[in-house]
Order: sequence, then C-alpha cells, then structure tokens
Amino acid sequence: MSGPDAPADDAEAGESEWPLWEVFTQPGAGRPHEHAGSLHAPDAELALQNARDVYTRRGEAVSIWVVRSDAIVASSPSEAGPFFEPGNDKAYRHPQFYKVPRGVRSV
Amino acid sequence: MSEPLFDYLLRLGDERLVLGHRLSEWCGHGPILEEDIALANIALDLIGQANLLLGLAGEVEGKGRDADALAYLRDAREFRNHPLAELPNGDYAFTMVRLFLLSAHAYCVLDGLRSSSHQELAGIAAKAFKETTYHVRHSAEWLVRFGDGSEESRRRVGTALEEAWRWTGTLFLADVVDQELQARGLAPDPAAAAPAWRALVDAVLERATLPPPSAAPLSGRGYRRGDHTEHLGHLLAEMQVLARTHPGAEW
Repeated sequence: MSGPDAPADDAEAGESEWPLWEVFTQPGAGRPHEHAGSLHAPDAELALQNARDVYTRRGEAVSIWVVRSDAIVASSPSEAGPFFEPGNDKAYRHPQFYKVPRGVRSV
Repeated sequence: MSEPLFDYLLRLGDERLVLGHRLSEWCGHGPILEEDIALANIALDLIGQANLLLGLAGEVEGKGRDADALAYLRDAREFRNHPLAELPNGDYAFTMVRLFLLSAHAYCVLDGLRSSSHQELAGIAAKAFKETTYHVRHSAEWLVRFGDGSEESRRRVGTALEEAWRWTGTLFLADVVDQELQARGLAPDPAAAAPAWRALVDAVLERATLPPPSAAPLSGRGYRRGDHTEHLGHLLAEMQVLARTHPGAEW
C-alpha cells in the first residue's frame, strides 16, 4: 500500500490497481471527523464498506467519510517555510490569555 | 426424538459455524488486504453467533455439553448445517454468491425469529440480524460488481450462481421440528420467509444484470439426518484437530 505522500495515480499504478481513498472517522456525535488512514477500493460504496471493516472494528466511529486521495489538494512540503513560519512569532494570535472554564472538553 | 428446540438450535448454530470456518480459510489469502479483513470480520461474526446458539443448544440438551463440546467433539453425521455452507470456497465469485444466498436466507429467517417467545433466542436473533444485514450488503455489492463488471467476472459469477442455486431447493424446508417450534411460538414458519428471500435475491440479480438461474434445485433433505457432501468431513478434520488432540486444553 502506498503511503499518504503518494497520491493515487491510476495511470501509474496500472489498471488492475484500485484507487486510493482517504478515510475520516467521527469518534462521537458533535466531534470533528478525523483522518484515520487510507485504503484501496474500486468505488465509493466499497470504500465506505472497507473503511467500516478496517477502521471501525472496535466501535471507534459513529460516522465515516471517504474521499478519493487524488481529490485532495495538499500544500507542498518544500514551501512549508514561507507558508507556515510567519505565524510562529505572533503570540497574540493564540488565545492563551483566557482561562478555560472547568467542565469544557474537546477544546 | 430429542427435544425439537435442541435440533433447531443445532441447525442454526452449525450453519454459522461451518460457513464461518469456510470464510476464515480466506484469511491471509484474500484478493486484496481490505477484502481479507472484511471476510475475516464476517467469519468472526458467524462464529460468534454459532458460539451463542450452540451454547444455548447445550443448555437445552441438559447433558453438560457446552458450545466447544458441540463444535469440536461431534462427527460429520451429527452436524445439521445446510450443505451449501460446507462446499469448498471455490473462486471469489462462488465464495460471494454462496455468502449472499445464505446471508439473505439468514436475514429473512432471523427477521421473524426476533419475535420468538424464547427470550434468549429472540435476543441472539436480534444481535445476529444486525450483523447479517451487513453480510447481505457486502456480498450483494460484490455480486453487482461481478455481474456488471468485466467479461470474465460476469462469466465466473454466472457459473457460481448456477452451481450454488442447485442447493437452494431445500433452504426453506419445513419438517416436524419446524412445525413443533412454530406450534410453540418459538420460531416462525420457514416457508413464510421464502417470498422475501426470493424478492431480495431477484432485486440483487437485476442490479447485477444477471439472468435468473436456470439450474433445477436439488430436493435431497438428507442433511437433516446427517447426510452431507464429502467436503464436511475434511472441513471438520481441520477445524477439530487441535481440540481433539489436546482434550480439555485451555488457552
């Protein structure tokens, strides 16, 4: 199985290889869907079924999203400097001057 | 005659044990990692159901036999599963066709069995019904893709369907055990589930663009007396060897 850095490429992988799908699972109602991993499947319905079998066997999810890996537009690792570093020295953008009330979770 | 409920539970339990074992033979040999896991999951569902049903059968019998004793220490002639469950896996098309036909059958039977007046049996049926709903969905989607796929997948699934279809003639067979259970409100009339099964099968075959099978179903009901194909003995030899080599071992 190819890693997350290798986007699905049907032509490159050959016609017998199924396309790659990214799987997102929601651990509970109101929680965000999180990336769980990837898998191969011939189409959307079987991608959903395979995701159910591979990533939710132990009751990890209440909802699943699948999306073709080649539909994801990703930032380039080589541009990580100009892309992300300008945010690092601006402390005022972090809400660290507030106290989180007790009992608030998932923040 | 032994207690009819004991016989009935053996039929349900043995069918799941044998089919579950067949599916587990794919473990590590599946055509692709994701399908390997899917089939192993379904196999475990079925073996889990068999564990509950044979456990209850042992209690009903009242001779101190538990699920393990019934699974591992009976010979082929004492098994009461339908012969379709014991046939070798063949190719992936036959594996999926057989799984679909038997899961659809289980789905229609369990639907009614959830209303059994026997509380524990109704509870097992309710749990199994949910699992079986997914087994039907997964196998049906593969039938559709094989039938509506390449020339070779269509040829293979057509051959598998004709072969499996010959064994479906006795799926809804009702004998004295079924009649007794129905009279006691423990289980529904098997024949009542037949139209729903046929409708489910026809709907999937239509989606798969496959013509209805033409093979004439066999009518042999010998499996209710313990007559099986030669394949069951081989399956049991492999499944039971550890338990019989080390009697009473625990791990």
